[in-house]
Amino acid sequence: MDALKTTLPYIISGISVGGQYALIAIGYTMVYGILRLINFAHGDVFMVAGLMMVYLAASLPLYLAIPLVILLTVALGFTIERVAYKPLRTAPRMSVMISAIGVSYLLQNLALYITGGLNKNYPAIPWISDRISIFGMETSRVTVITPFLTIILVAALVQLINHTKIGMAMRAVSRDFETSQLMGIQINRVISATFIIGTFLAAVGSILFFTNYPGVVPTSGAMPGLKAFVAAVFGGIGSIPGAVIGAFIIGIAESVIKGLDTILIVNGAIDEQIGLATFSDAFTFVLLIIILVFKPTGLFGEKSTDKV
Amino acid sequence: MKKVLSLVLVLAMIVALGASAYADNPVVKIGVFEPQSGDNGAGGKQEVLGMQYANVLTPTVEIDGTTYDVELVYADNASSNDKAPTAAQTLISSGVSLVLGSYGSGVSIAASDTFDAAGVPAIGVTCTNPQVTAGCDVYFRICFLDPFQGTVLANFAKNELGATKAYCLAKQGDDYSGGLCNYFIDAFGKDACVYEQFPEGTSDYSTYITNAQNQGCDVFFSPVSTEAAAQIIAKADTQALGMPILAGDTWDSNVILQAAKGTNVKICVTTFYQEGADPDFDMGIKYWMNNNPTALANNGGNDELAAVTVMGYDAYYVALEALKAAGSVDPADVLEVLPSVTYEGVTGAIAFDDIGDALRDSAFVKECNTELGVWDFVAVATVD
Amino acid sequence: MIETKNKKGAWIAFVCVFLFLALIFALDQLIKPTDKLGMLLIVLQKGSVYALAAVSMNLLNGYTGLFSLGHAGFMLLGAYTYAIFTIPDKSRDAVYQYFDAAIRFSIPEQLSNHMGGFGTALGVFIALVLAGLVAALMAWLIGLPVLRLKSDYLAIATLGFAEIIRAVFQWSKLGPVTNGSNLLKNFARASKFKLEIAGTKLSLSTFVPVLIATVCIILIVLIVNSTYGRAFKAIRDDEIAAEAMGINLAKHKMISFVTSSFFAGVAGATLAMVLSIAQANNFKSAMTYEILLMVVLGGIGSITGSVIGSLLFVAASEWWLRGLDSGKFLGIEAPNIFRNGFRLVVFSVIIMVVVLFFRKGIMGEKELPDLFRKKKKEAPAKEGQA
Repeated sequence: MDALKTTLPYIISGISVGGQYALIAIGYTMVYGILRLINFAHGDVFMVAGLMMVYLAASLPLYLAIPLVILLTVALGFTIERVAYKPLRTAPRMSVMISAIGVSYLLQNLALYITGGLNKNYPAIPWISDRISIFGMETSRVTVITPFLTIILVAALVQLINHTKIGMAMRAVSRDFETSQLMGIQINRVISATFIIGTFLAAVGSILFFTNYPGVVPTSGAMPGLKAFVAAVFGGIGSIPGAVIGAFIIGIAESVIKGLDTILIVNGAIDEQIGLATFSDAFTFVLLIIILVFKPTGLFGEKSTDKV
Repeated sequence: MKKVLSLVLVLAMIVALGASAYADNPVVKIGVFEPQSGDNGAGGKQEVLGMQYANVLTPTVEIDGTTYDVELVYADNASSNDKAPTAAQTLISSGVSLVLGSYGSGVSIAASDTFDAAGVPAIGVTCTNPQVTAGCDVYFRICFLDPFQGTVLANFAKNELGATKAYCLAKQGDDYSGGLCNYFIDAFGKDACVYEQFPEGTSDYSTYITNAQNQGCDVFFSPVSTEAAAQIIAKADTQALGMPILAGDTWDSNVILQAAKGTNVKICVTTFYQEGADPDFDMGIKYWMNNNPTALANNGGNDELAAVTVMGYDAYYVALEALKAAGSVDPADVLEVLPSVTYEGVTGAIAFDDIGDALRDSAFVKECNTELGVWDFVAVATVD
Repeated sequence: MIETKNKKGAWIAFVCVFLFLALIFALDQLIKPTDKLGMLLIVLQKGSVYALAAVSMNLLNGYTGLFSLGHAGFMLLGAYTYAIFTIPDKSRDAVYQYFDAAIRFSIPEQLSNHMGGFGTALGVFIALVLAGLVAALMAWLIGLPVLRLKSDYLAIATLGFAEIIRAVFQWSKLGPVTNGSNLLKNFARASKFKLEIAGTKLSLSTFVPVLIATVCIILIVLIVNSTYGRAFKAIRDDEIAAEAMGINLAKHKMISFVTSSFFAGVAGATLAMVLSIAQANNFKSAMTYEILLMVVLGGIGSITGSVIGSLLFVAASEWWLRGLDSGKFLGIEAPNIFRNGFRLVVFSVIIMVVVLFFRKGIMGEKELPDLFRKKKKEAPAKEGQA
């Protein structure tokens, strides 16, 4: 019982951060499913959403700032696709990935320029950043809300993909790019829709993430972005439920590893700190490599065959 | 009356600066090696403010009978050890006579070799790690050192706060927080400390707070950058930390005051300067800041003084003393006389020992008044 | 391709390299760090390190078509190996201020005790080779599982390994060896390299890094022009066809990966030598991205392209564009626009333009000698077209 009580806070905060990763991971998995592109800039779009909120909330009331941030983020995602990826549609995959890295570099440097390289404090959003107490542990409301909100959004997305025309087109394109083009599907529209959905979820994710961890710096998006991508690979790229489950696993693992020294000491397993927290980020990549080596298609991914 | 007089004086000097810029004096360059971006960007900017203010007050210096205009040359080390050597080199190439800085010990250690190779002397302003000056002939500093500060803080935690178990949090690879934690642990007792380091780019400090609570600590020692500090304070409030937070000189900043205002967290720091020790100086610099929007923005939007600003101010005058004593703008001549330079600054008397460290034996302890958002003076601490 | 088979070409290349090194040596003596041109030396030092890193990445990404993003990790291994084995004994305790140093000998110091100045040089050389070997060994271990992966999975897996290596080196339990997450310094570094001839001290602080980079790049050119190089290119152009031609895919991919990592390790060691510090935190994935962008700038698949790309990249970011950050550029004063970070924005826009519109980079797949040869034969080369 005591062991549970010391571990619980880490798990709750891990579930929360996992939910935030999940919202980013969906953007990765959908884009990869359709374009076979690791959109390295996605994490930075998430960071830019955070910065926009900082600047907009300074001059606008929150009920205007929040929708505006989401709208602008979506517009950014759409623009990036049109400007940086669309012209390279026929180029080798490596070129598109380099373009994505270039966009990421550009967004980070723009953020560096605008913020002057200083940490920006994220505005406190009333109600969701209030302090609450659950199971005798103090935390903020956003920690508790995130997983539920994530699941609701994902359920809505799955409905959209399974039951609407654009959803059907997305599924078709991700199955076979060329054939669906021949079948009269307007590829560019489908791709734009994918980017719009992905960035919308990233914008929501950024509001939750930065409310929880209220500091935005130009590199804020890099690590969460990479972890979300790993989550997408872990769950099986192209699979939305897979990405969500992967994200929760990574979030919980990361949080527990940060507290692992303490958990082990409190439960008498070790006598002194051994610095396992150093591996909280690296562990994500260990998971990635294990899954890539033993089950490259991820937990829920479909087997794909390579054609000559 | 005295205050009004000093105000008038400051004003006159500001006007005089505008005029003197047109005078045809030769120029002596002083390098400002400070972070303007990155983790320590905000702190670096505050330290530069002191130098800029001093430069406004005293824009010229007489060297060997000639009046020189003093020009501050800036290089941003971006709080990053790998950018520090190149930033140092840009200063050296631009022909500075000596260099001031930096805020944050790691960048100073990283650049010390570059200064050494070029023979350009550097005066550390608030870099407290012993490694900055040890083994480097050209590095001097005007602040106290981590072994001193760590011991002061450990004694304070034990004797005044009655702590028996301390949680120490440092940033990975950061020589300031890492060094200070190390000497704190030495003084507090290794077995009574829990020591953890967070990696760069950490956004989640809540787990570290949970760790401290779970391990039953009764003081939270985290002498980290002000950026991280603001978030730690916010989390400590939401998670009801339940123990005082203790930190070193970097936390003596209005960033901390803003973060702590209205929260339920007890914060104590050691520092170089207590606001009010020199009312004329306080008045003058506040007047200058309030009439200079850039300076005010660099100070974080209000005119609350950070100790590092005052140290920056003193450092500038130490640099002028050195130039006067050298009687030349050649870095080699400045380096030769620097060990014997003394100066009576706002933060106290400044003189160097054999290694190049300042002879300082006292620190101020302050506590954050979370209702008003100001610092309350607690004690002057020394080590026997 | 840089032609080395043809005897005349080889002689020309040899003379050019010799003259180039002689010029660097002269610059090293003429320019003092306090001069205005002091930045030129820094650009040459850092530029040559990055040129080596870019060329070694190009060997893998450009010539073999293996998209790996683990370069920073291998450079870290090289930098640490070099630094740990060249810290003089008397500085050990100061450097490892929070730990008890476990490794307590410096190769250059040991050798110079027996052989004098030559021993120091030999020791530095041995430490450099060791740095490359450690990186190569790690590459071999990593390559076993990951080289089977397809393009972007390989990229993300190697990126992951680089991050894992970085975390391991920062682990406090390894502090006695790696100094934890704290920086290593006081090892044999470029600013201390001097040649003493008849009482006059000659500076070698730029010459040595440039020499190392030049020798390594020549070695890579030789590899690219060998049968191995041709096999790499066959794999890049069509893996299945290459396999059908009897090229052992696994073996050749591994050779390319290990060789590239060896030189990345040497580049990391040279970087430490130039910066005079080594710290795990500096070898982040952002470093890999920057090197990749240098390769792209110069042209994927061109060695001279990578060299030119990285020299331009370093010169622009460290020297020429500095004014964009400090309020004054090309005589235009606009402190509100030209403030901290503007340089990098301009820079990243240039890179995006290259990536989108000049996909072949500066050189495409050509090499410098090709340009001279082409003029004789046919109409001016069409370059830089997307």
